[in-house]
Amino acid sequence: MPIFIDRRLNPKDKSLGNRQRFLRRAREELKRTIRDQIRTGKIADVDAEHAVSMPARGTGEPSFNDARNSGSRRHVLPGNKHFAPGDRLPKPGQGGGMGSAPGRTESEDDFRFVLSREEVLDLFFEDLELPDMVKLNLKEILAFKPRRAGFAATGSPTNINVGRTMRNSHGRRIALRRPKQEELDAVAQEIASLEAKPQNAEMRQRIVALQEELERLERRRKRIAFVDPVDIRFNRFDAQPVPNANAVMFCLMDVSGSMGEREKDLAKRFFVLLHLFLKRRYDRTEVVFIRHTHEAQEVDEETFFYNTQSGGTVVSTALEEMHRIVEQRYPSREWNIYVAQASDGDNFVTDSERCIALLDEQIMRLCQYFAYVEILDERESHIFGATDNGTSLWRAYSAVKLRWSNFQMSRIATPADIYPVFRRLFARQPGYQKSGERGG
Amino acid sequence: MASISGLLFSGSDWDFRTLSRAYETIEAIATEELHLDVYPVQMEIISSEQMLDAYSSVGMPLMYRHWSFGKHYLYQELLYRKGGRGLAYELVINSNPCIVYLMEENTMALQALVTAHAALGHNHFFKNNYLFRQWTDAGAILSYLDFAKGYIARCEERHGVDAVEEILDAAHALMEQGVFRYHRPPKLSSEKQREGLRERLEYEERSYNDLWRTLPPSKDGTKVRETDTMAERKKSLKLPEENLLYFLEKNSLILEPWQREVIRIVRVIAQYFYPQRQTQVMNEGCATFVHYTLMNLLFDRGLIGEGAMLEILRNHSNVIFQPGFDDPRFSGINPYALGLDMMQDIQRISTAPTAEDRDWFPDIAGNGDWRQTLLDAWANHRDESFIRQYLSPTLIRKWRFFVLADAANDPHYEVASIHNERGYQSVRAALAHSYDIGASRPDIQVVDVDLLGDRHLRLQHKVKDGIVLEGGSRDATLRHIRKLWGYEVSMVAVDAQTGATLHERSTSQIGE
Repeated sequence: MPIFIDRRLNPKDKSLGNRQRFLRRAREELKRTIRDQIRTGKIADVDAEHAVSMPARGTGEPSFNDARNSGSRRHVLPGNKHFAPGDRLPKPGQGGGMGSAPGRTESEDDFRFVLSREEVLDLFFEDLELPDMVKLNLKEILAFKPRRAGFAATGSPTNINVGRTMRNSHGRRIALRRPKQEELDAVAQEIASLEAKPQNAEMRQRIVALQEELERLERRRKRIAFVDPVDIRFNRFDAQPVPNANAVMFCLMDVSGSMGEREKDLAKRFFVLLHLFLKRRYDRTEVVFIRHTHEAQEVDEETFFYNTQSGGTVVSTALEEMHRIVEQRYPSREWNIYVAQASDGDNFVTDSERCIALLDEQIMRLCQYFAYVEILDERESHIFGATDNGTSLWRAYSAVKLRWSNFQMSRIATPADIYPVFRRLFARQPGYQKSGERGG
Repeated sequence: MASISGLLFSGSDWDFRTLSRAYETIEAIATEELHLDVYPVQMEIISSEQMLDAYSSVGMPLMYRHWSFGKHYLYQELLYRKGGRGLAYELVINSNPCIVYLMEENTMALQALVTAHAALGHNHFFKNNYLFRQWTDAGAILSYLDFAKGYIARCEERHGVDAVEEILDAAHALMEQGVFRYHRPPKLSSEKQREGLRERLEYEERSYNDLWRTLPPSKDGTKVRETDTMAERKKSLKLPEENLLYFLEKNSLILEPWQREVIRIVRVIAQYFYPQRQTQVMNEGCATFVHYTLMNLLFDRGLIGEGAMLEILRNHSNVIFQPGFDDPRFSGINPYALGLDMMQDIQRISTAPTAEDRDWFPDIAGNGDWRQTLLDAWANHRDESFIRQYLSPTLIRKWRFFVLADAANDPHYEVASIHNERGYQSVRAALAHSYDIGASRPDIQVVDVDLLGDRHLRLQHKVKDGIVLEGGSRDATLRHIRKLWGYEVSMVAVDAQTGATLHERSTSQIGE
């Protein structure tokens, strides 16, 4: 008899470690692929699984191999139909009809497979040096919902748990030996039957004894309550914090000619990051795209990133448009409003004042958070990096920043600059929302 | 046995009792009818996911960790998910006891088929074929792999995953060049050595002739000395050496002891698989022949029902499907089909030979004992010699084999021989040659190194029929060798026929 071993219950994923090693190895290539996919894909799709094409470079396993197109060799093939020795057939490369030159196909190095969401995020945000904080879901507690959490000895009468209470009472009655009604009835019946019979001294004595017994039982029954306050149990409810479940994210971007491919790509990453954060935090996240030149309009994502428009730059039009949409569709009582704005800093000369007014008076009190990034040329970044003077929009917003703690602004030139914009947002702990005045 | 009277099983569900009964019946018939001789069997039931796992770690139940296995896993998984490739119904490991993996999804009929195929067919082949007997130690492989896995894990802990991976990458690149192809004569004991020395001295004394002393010395004395030292050097390092991994393991000056051990592990595993690579047609042919014969015997004896037999035959014919070269499904010669056909052909030749068979196979034609003939063939051949010996004209005609000459600089293929009287020999030789791993893999040897000088490691590639190495992978592999050797490595390509140097490539030209 052979030995049987049932391995089906063994731990799965024996080769998970190998898979992880492989991914680490192919990291650079994968990063590039993911970045390309995200660049062309939708913002909301980042937070999902991705099928990636496995590149051959970096993960090849070289060995000494014969070059295919050298020397002379002989192939033996089955299924000859009409060839005779000396026949000449054109090679497939030369457009011949024989599609089956022998030899290995080297397709193994280029194949597609699916990366999990975590793996995608890990690869995508590596440049951003995103700390684990994004994985902590900080909640803004705005409502509480009762949730059952065991039993309690105190509570309001409406919450009495009858089953549990009666079980306790039953246990206590058994433990204290509370006389049952049947026992009393039995004694009473015996007395009655004895009394009905002709009496003698012995029987009378017996009746007295029984009557005493009955009295004792009745006393005991009265002393030991059927349901005692110690039996009573209440359903306990914990107040479960429920975050406000809806968030809307406004993406504002200047699409005038000065925003090129690189600028849009950086802006997109900035939006992706905020969206990702919101999606983890809220049950329902909506995204509104508003582009502007000298006038603003709400558009779909495709148009937002891939259409350019010509025209001047008037930032306040976008803010007004956003304000209008909030009023119409996203009352701030029901929605958490986040705004992300990307621009190269250009603005119509007199418009900046108007932006300040709009933000101060209307918008900032509606938003949870307003993040502004100004996308710089890499050459400019070291000039402007630390100073406060800059474009007109930058100067205007600097004034706003002083007054509002939930306003963040930053200049970015490379992807690595994006994360610090959100640092405040991620670092903020529930409970000290308003006092989070740490210097960024 | 109670089961002889009725069917071994009915329906498609299996349980361990039925499996066990089926194995016992099949084994009894195999021993009695085919005279098979097998290792004890250990059957393991696994799920499809575990089968994928097993695929990716080269089919072994235990394997050390390496990223390339993860890559293969992803690749296999992908093919499987897409439906591009079904999983094998079984996997069998050349070990003692012989481990057979059975997939849980198999029906009982399939499990019986797999039992006959793997637990008896492959098992017999592993136990009896000379290559496996010479080169692999079935009893020790599992404990060796266990050691290897643990050792590499400990190295990773101590020296870091990257350091170990670097050595493994390099060693994997040389796996093809990390096997011994020939047995060496056993090392003489010191007593034997002394005796040999004494005999030689005696001989020299006996044949001493003072006349030799009077010869004038060679004019070019220094040159003689130089070739002398070179010969001496080569002798001390036992050069030339074709097992590159072995040479590096023993002679590299920069490797730490643990790195040598890691190389040794890769080398041992490569050596373990070398017989399997040389016996694909025979191994699969043997297993297919055994399962086909056994299943028919079972059916004839009324042990399996018609429904089960139909299912078995359907799977059998899928396995041995061989499209012609011009079929879009063609992907080379199916070893199952060729092996089974050749073995059934041997059966035919021994029992009902034609005049042609008597011409071609005088020693086996009509001997009547096909069982013994097959047992001999299984025990004493590898693919190349098996085909060279037993491929009959009948089979060449049946398969309609033809030989295509392919010269790189010619825009045309030329049909060299077909299945006719003049072609049989050359078709057979060409087919056998294509299964000769030794001949079809590049021949690369260590030819010289001056350990006391610049330590430049010189390799030689013997170019046969003008087939050179593919440039990109050659350079990458040379880089790996340099990593293990630590000093410059160069490879010279020499034409095997003329001895002319074709070109030379050195790591100093490649760069890091």
